[in-house]
Amino acid sequence: MTRVVVAMSGGVDSSVAAALLKHQGYDVIGMMLRLWSEPGKEDSNRCCTPDAMALARRVAAQLDIPFYALDAREPFRSIVVQYFLDEYASGTTPNPCLLCNRTIRWRFLLKHALALDAEFMATGHYVKVSQDVKAGSAPDSKQTWKLLRADDRSKDQSYVLHVLDQDQLKKSMFPVGDYPKDKIRMMAKEFGLPTASRPDSQDLCFLAGEDYREFIKRNAPESMVSGDIRSTDGQLLSRHTGLSQYTIGQRKGLGFSSPNPMYVIEKRSDSNTLVVGYEDDLGKDELQVKDLNWISGYPPADSFRAEIKIRYTAREAWGEVVRLQDDNFQVRFDHPQRDITPGQAAVFYQGEIVLGGGIIV
Amino acid sequence: MKRNIYLDYAATTPLDERVLQIMLPFFDQEFGNPSSIHRYGQKAEDAVETAREVVAEVLRCKPTEVIFTSCGSESDNLALKGVGFARRSQNDRDHIITSKVEHHAVSLTARQMQDLFGFDVTWMDVDSSGMILPQVVDEAIQENSAICSVMYANNEIGTINPINEIADICRKKGVILHSDAVQAAAYLPVHVDQLGVDLLSLGGHKFYGPKGVGALYVRKGTPILPIQTGGGQEFGLRSGTQNVPYIVGFAEALRLTDLERESRISHLKPTRDHIIGSILASIPRSKLTGHRSERLPNHCSFVFEGVDGNLLLTLLDADGFSCSSGSACKTGNPEPSEVIQLLGLSREWSLGSLRISLGQGTKAEEVEKFLTQLPGLVEKARKLQ
Repeated sequence: MTRVVVAMSGGVDSSVAAALLKHQGYDVIGMMLRLWSEPGKEDSNRCCTPDAMALARRVAAQLDIPFYALDAREPFRSIVVQYFLDEYASGTTPNPCLLCNRTIRWRFLLKHALALDAEFMATGHYVKVSQDVKAGSAPDSKQTWKLLRADDRSKDQSYVLHVLDQDQLKKSMFPVGDYPKDKIRMMAKEFGLPTASRPDSQDLCFLAGEDYREFIKRNAPESMVSGDIRSTDGQLLSRHTGLSQYTIGQRKGLGFSSPNPMYVIEKRSDSNTLVVGYEDDLGKDELQVKDLNWISGYPPADSFRAEIKIRYTAREAWGEVVRLQDDNFQVRFDHPQRDITPGQAAVFYQGEIVLGGGIIV
Repeated sequence: MKRNIYLDYAATTPLDERVLQIMLPFFDQEFGNPSSIHRYGQKAEDAVETAREVVAEVLRCKPTEVIFTSCGSESDNLALKGVGFARRSQNDRDHIITSKVEHHAVSLTARQMQDLFGFDVTWMDVDSSGMILPQVVDEAIQENSAICSVMYANNEIGTINPINEIADICRKKGVILHSDAVQAAAYLPVHVDQLGVDLLSLGGHKFYGPKGVGALYVRKGTPILPIQTGGGQEFGLRSGTQNVPYIVGFAEALRLTDLERESRISHLKPTRDHIIGSILASIPRSKLTGHRSERLPNHCSFVFEGVDGNLLLTLLDADGFSCSSGSACKTGNPEPSEVIQLLGLSREWSLGSLRISLGQGTKAEEVEKFLTQLPGLVEKARKLQ
């Protein structure tokens, strides 16, 4: 029997993923990462009764599969949370889930799954993998795994999984990616899972529902250096409380009034200046990306057309993707895009295929 | 799920089939309330009182000194709070003595009495085998000491404490002695006069009885107040309708344990020693925790340097063996328990604890299989660190 470790979260998607695999006849083991929470905020989330973990353990018991908790607090804090704080301190707006997926889920957890003699690790993400079998080649020959968007585009999570490589994809299963979300909820009810009606998680797990600004204030007080708020033509308008407290496109809470609404256009960390402008100033028709990951291992060409997604919740936009001399890539949009935010990822698609992506500079 | 080889009898034991059979009629046929006047009540009361006599016979005490409770933890709570509050109100004794290695049922009860109810608590240290030495008790006793609570045998590291020597000291100085014998009663004699204790806690599920039932021995004349008041059952010390089938099962399980004690020990002790010898020889950087000889006959506990104890348990479970560790946390917190931390080990060692506890169902070939697999799994856990 093929052994699969399912990364469980106590949510409905990973519960159904485990149930589906179990019913398909796999030898399923449930594992859950114990992630870091802020000291003092652990009380509601403490050993041994965090709700989510207790729930996942119950789901596993009902599915009659073993369940293990894996302590990932140290690597999560030192890698993911530190990155989050460092990026904000340097004036960008990071997406820590990308780093968590690459380093915690698909490295730390995968390593432990393989140590339990599992052949695959499954998660409850809405994406698909397919093996691109060329005629006459062995099915497991190199670079044949494709990452595809979920059929239910409204739930598609390929944006946060564009960081995976061939070795990781080869070991991955995404049992819920073939179904729409409401079908997954229906199946959860049919399987009788206690997670069936649990709401979807929204925010970053370690913020515990709080605004990220408060978290930064407490955990990276050194990033709270006040500076100038200036208009696009350099005029001093007000003072800010620290660049980390603002995001590109933000309109509310700038701390000064103006006859027409003003938005955060840019965070200049070298001069600790927050640049604000009018709605017209928000659109840009190009961006640059660094730290690229290509699912196949290579970019499709030095220059290619693709749909580009610049935030988890953004709508894709067509553009040209061009390799630069330093191996970074430039994106030239067909139409200007609002709120292009350094630190977020730009992910490239051709149809349902995820090509890869990188971090917006 | 595939059935694993169970090596965690210190956590709990399966119900003895003979005990189950004796319990069954009291769920439906003889379902009466022991406090009722009519014949149903009469039959139920007879069952409870017979059970009390059976327990008293094993403890070699009077039936009126046996209080049935819902579990070992409740017995510990009743002992500490009941005696503590009684002695404070009678003669201003508000000092509690206990050790740093007690089960949480004792230590957190004492902690609460200290933090919320104004008691003064002395937390006694242990030696490197986790043993509480009589002279440490002697030094801890004060003029106003109300009660001393020392566990009979440690659940995590198996060390047996010299209860009768401690009892001599307590008796001379007028301190009431309680002992948590929840872990010990499955294998060690529990004659209360030989032990010299004033109170003794027992829990049914550690010796093939049902979960959810326990008992507290309270020596006649011991000042004690109830912590659960109401209908006045159990001589006014533990109100609430008695759980008749479970009390019957508790008594039968204890009777069988006492009757079969020698044969059970002779089955397990050589296996225990074989496991200890084999693991220390086959696994580099391994240490026994707890006392080498003064330990429960079914209990082996170790630490392995450079191993995450929880991870080792995960690897063991996935490979077919259900064991336990010194942290026993199901949500992945690797922090070593207070007990393991007190043994003077470095963090590199104390994080990697493993407890193997044997029982009536343990088979020699299962133990051999375990001993063959364990060294590789410890290595695997070390590499994953």
